[in-house]
Amino acid sequence: MSLGHNIDIRTDINQSVPANGVLKHPDEYTMPGVGSPSRLVYEFLHNALALDGDPALNLASFVQTRMNEEAIKLFMENMNKNLVDHDKYPVARMIHNQCISMIGGLWHAPEDGKVIGTATAGSSEAIMLGGLAMKKRWQESRKKEGKDYSHPNIVFGSNAQVALEKFARYFDVEARLVPVKLENGCVMDPNDALQYIDENTIGVIVILGSTYTGDFEDVELMSKLLDDLQERTGLDIPIHVDGASGAFIAPFAYPNLKWDFRVRRVVSINTSGHKFGLVYPGLGWVLWRDESYLHKDLVFEHHYLGSTDYTFTLNFSKPAAPVIAQMFNFLNLGFDGYKKIAYEDLRNARVLSEVLDNTCFTVMSNIHRRVDTDEISSSWHGDDDPTQYTPGLPVVAFRLSDKYKEENPHVKQESIQLMLRDKGWMVPNYRAPKGADDIEILRVVVRETLGEDMMRRLIRDILDVAQSLMGMSAPSLPWFLF
Amino acid sequence: MPKVGLPSKSAYQLLHDETALDGNPLLNLASFVHTWMPEEANKLIVENMNKNLVDLDEYPAAGIIHNRCISMLGDLWKAPKEGKVIGTATAGSSEAIMLGGLAMKKRWQEARKKDGKDYFHPNIVFGSNAQVALEKFARYFDVETRLVPVKLENGCVMDPNDALQYIDENTIGVIVILGSTYTGHFEDVELMSRLLDELQARTGLDIPIHVDGASGAFIAPFAYPNLKWDFRVPRVVSINTSGHKFGLVYPGLGWVLWRDESYLHKDLVFELHYLGSTEFTFTLNFSKPAAPVIAQMFNFLNLGFDGYKKIAYKDLRNARMLSKALDSTYFTVMSNIHRRVDTGEMSSSSSSDLSIFSGRERRHSNDDPTQYIPGLPVVAFRLSDKYKQENPHVKQEWIQSMLRAKGWIVPNYGAPQGAEDIEILRVVVRETLSEDLMERLIIDILGVAESLMGTPSFPLLLPLLSAVQF
Repeated sequence: MSLGHNIDIRTDINQSVPANGVLKHPDEYTMPGVGSPSRLVYEFLHNALALDGDPALNLASFVQTRMNEEAIKLFMENMNKNLVDHDKYPVARMIHNQCISMIGGLWHAPEDGKVIGTATAGSSEAIMLGGLAMKKRWQESRKKEGKDYSHPNIVFGSNAQVALEKFARYFDVEARLVPVKLENGCVMDPNDALQYIDENTIGVIVILGSTYTGDFEDVELMSKLLDDLQERTGLDIPIHVDGASGAFIAPFAYPNLKWDFRVRRVVSINTSGHKFGLVYPGLGWVLWRDESYLHKDLVFEHHYLGSTDYTFTLNFSKPAAPVIAQMFNFLNLGFDGYKKIAYEDLRNARVLSEVLDNTCFTVMSNIHRRVDTDEISSSWHGDDDPTQYTPGLPVVAFRLSDKYKEENPHVKQESIQLMLRDKGWMVPNYRAPKGADDIEILRVVVRETLGEDMMRRLIRDILDVAQSLMGMSAPSLPWFLF
Repeated sequence: MPKVGLPSKSAYQLLHDETALDGNPLLNLASFVHTWMPEEANKLIVENMNKNLVDLDEYPAAGIIHNRCISMLGDLWKAPKEGKVIGTATAGSSEAIMLGGLAMKKRWQEARKKDGKDYFHPNIVFGSNAQVALEKFARYFDVETRLVPVKLENGCVMDPNDALQYIDENTIGVIVILGSTYTGHFEDVELMSRLLDELQARTGLDIPIHVDGASGAFIAPFAYPNLKWDFRVPRVVSINTSGHKFGLVYPGLGWVLWRDESYLHKDLVFELHYLGSTEFTFTLNFSKPAAPVIAQMFNFLNLGFDGYKKIAYKDLRNARMLSKALDSTYFTVMSNIHRRVDTGEMSSSSSSDLSIFSGRERRHSNDDPTQYIPGLPVVAFRLSDKYKQENPHVKQEWIQSMLRAKGWIVPNYGAPQGAEDIEILRVVVRETLSEDLMERLIIDILGVAESLMGTPSFPLLLPLLSAVQF
C-alpha cells in the first residue's frame, strides 16, 4: 500500500478556510476551534522546530540521529504498520523475528536452546522486561519452597542509567546500588557486589558500557564469583546484561570478549536499536537465552484482532517501521559495516582521548590505553585494532587535570560546558556516581556523525576554551593537530 | 546477519518488495489503529524522525510542542482550572494505563503505610471486557486483578453496580472503560463515581477512577460533549488515550493525564542529569521519538475541534448505516450507536435495503450522534437467532474466513467472561472507511451470509478455505 496516494480524504473539512490564509491559532494551550490547511500548519510547525538543536553537534546523546535516504523511504512506507497486528502485517512480523535471530546469533545464543526475544520502544522497556522475568522466576521458586516472596531486591552499580532504578522502583524491587570506584573507571567491581546479595536477590545487572565513562563491567568475573557463591551458599543468582550501547559495539570491536550468552549465567540481554544499532529513536531489543527464562505468566494470549496472538511486551501496539529500519541496517551494513563504524568511532575517540590526556585534562575513560602496557598510544595513526586497547564504548570522559586546577583554582569545570555550548557543541558536565561523587565528568559520545574533520574542530574548541579560561590571550595548540 | 552489506538501493528494494506483501490497511476493519496522514504531516515526521523527546536540552521546541499537546488534551477533557494538570506522551495506551495504574498503586501504598496497615496485597477492579493492557498492568505490577463479569444485556460492559462487591480496603482504584473493544460501548463513569461516593459515605473507603479512553477519549469530546466522563467527574484522577487510534496519528503514540500533579507521587518522578541538565522523567520509556508528538500537534492545528468533530460524525454515520443494514437482515447487532436514545429503536429512516443505497444517509437532523446511544464507531454483530435456526450448520467464523477471501479483515471472537457463549464479529469504522467502501462491505457481508445459507456446493468450500493462504 502506498502512502503516496494523494487522495485527500478530508476535502470537506477545511473548505471554508482559504489556502493562503493565516493559521487559526488563538492560543497555544487550547485546541483551535477550526482547523487550518495542511500547508500552513506544516510551515508553522516546521519553522518552530527549526529552533531545535543540530543533532550533529550533540555530543551528549548516545542516540542515533542520521539514517540514509533509502532507510528513510522504507520508514515512511511502513509508518502506518502496527507490529502487534501480525495477522495484517505478517511480513513486518517475519522481519521482526529475523532480527531476533540475527541478534541472537551476534550474541552467541546457545544452539541447543530456543532463544526468544522482542523489539521494544527502547532499552528502558527492554530492561524492565528482563528484570520482570527475573523477578517472576525468583517469586515462583520462592513460592515453591514456601518462603516469603514479597521482598525482592536487585543488585547493580551506582553508575546505572536511570532505567534500572526505574525498574526497581516501579516494580517494587529494592534497588541495591553498589558504589563505584574511581580507580576502575567508575564502574561496579564484581567483588563489591557480593555483599549486597542475599536470598531475596532476583539477579545482578552488569552494565556493558557505563553511560558515565563508557567502561565495560566484567561479566565473566561476575559470573565466576556467582558460581563460587552458589557453591558456598546454594544461591543461584542470574545475570542480566544492560548492553544498551555495548551490545552493538562489543560483537564487532571485541569479538573475543566474553560478555554475552557464552557466559552461561547470562539469562537476558537488552540493547538499544537507536544507539549503536544506528536506527532513529524508538527501538530497543531484549533477548533471553532460552524461552524457559520467560515465565508463561508474563505472556498474554489475546484474540481481539482476529486470531490468537501472544504478547510479552509492556507496550501492545508499536510501530513496525523502526524494526524494518533495523533490518535495513543489518542488510546494508552487514557485520563488516558495523565493524567498520565501530572501529572508526573508537579511533576518533582514541584521538580525542590522547589529545586531552596530553593537555589540560585527565581522561577517565580507557579505550585509548593499551591493554599490555596501559600506556597511551602515541600518535594519530597508531594501531587501529580496538582489541589492543582496554575495551569500552567510543566515549571520552574527562575532567580538568589536577595540575590545571592547582594553577587555575578559579575555574569551574561547568564553564567548559557553557563555553562549548556557545560554540554550538553539547558536552555535558555532571557528577560522577556514588562512590566517586566528588568528581565531575565531562563526556563526549563519539557517534558515527562525528567524523575526523568535526573531531579536529572539537579538539581545537575544547583546548581553546580551557586555555581561554586560564586567562591566556592566544591559544597555543599541539603540533599534531595540523 | 550477513557478513558483508548490500548497497543501500538494493537493501531498500529487497525490503520494499517484501513489505509490499503486507496487507492493505484500508481493508483492515479489525484494528482501531490509524493508518493515514496527510502528506505535509509525513514531511514533518521525516524532518523530525531523528529527534529524541527526552533530550529537552537539545530539542526544546519539540519539548514545548509536547507540553502544548498536554494542555490541549487537558482542556479537551475539562481538567479543573484551579488544579495543575500533568501528563505525558507515551508509546501507546498500554504504557499510559500502566502509569495511571502505578500512580494509583503508589497513592494507595503511601496511605496504607501512614495508617500502619498491610500494603502488599493491592487489587484493582475492572470489567472482563478490558483490553489486555489492563490485565498486563495488574500482572506485571503485582496487583490482583478483580474482573467484573459483563452482562450481555447491557452491551458486554461492566455494570457499576456489579463492581461494588469486588471493592475492599486493598482496592487501589477502579478502571472504567470509555469504549469497550468488544462492542464499542461506553461504561458509565458518572454512575460509577456516584456509587463510589455512596460507598465512601458508608465505609470511608475513597476509591479513585482511572478512565481507559484508549479510543473513547478522542470521540466523546467531539460527538458527545455533554457526556460527563472526564475530569468533570471529580473522582476521575487520570485518563489515558491512544494518539494512534482516534487521535489519528500513526502507530506509536499514547497520552496519559492526571487531573492534578498531586496524584503523581514524587517517588515515580525521576530526576536525572546525564544529558547535561536537570530533567524530570515519569514514563516507563526514556528515549522516545518526538515525531509522533509533532504529528499529533499537526492534527490539532490542521483539524481543530471542528475537524475532529466532522470525522467523528462521519465515522458514526457510517457505523450507523452498517448497523442498520445488518440489523434488518441476517444479523443481530450488539453495539448500540444506531439506537435512538429516546426509544431504544433504530432510527426509522432506513429499514429497507434500497433506501440505504439511494442517496446516502442524509446529513441533517438524524446525523447528530447525541440522539443515539453514545459509543465508538464500532459495529459488533452476530448471526441472528432466526438465521441460526434456519441454518444450523453455519459457523460464525466462516463469515470471517469468507470475508477474508474478499480482502476484508473482520475478526470473530468470543465475548468476554459473563457472556462467553456468544461470538462477536466486529467492524471498526475508521476515517479510511469511506462511504463507497462501506457499501462494498455491506454487499459483501450480506453476500457471504446468503451464500452460506444451505447451498448444496457448500461442503466443498471448507477444504478450499483451509488450503488458501492469506
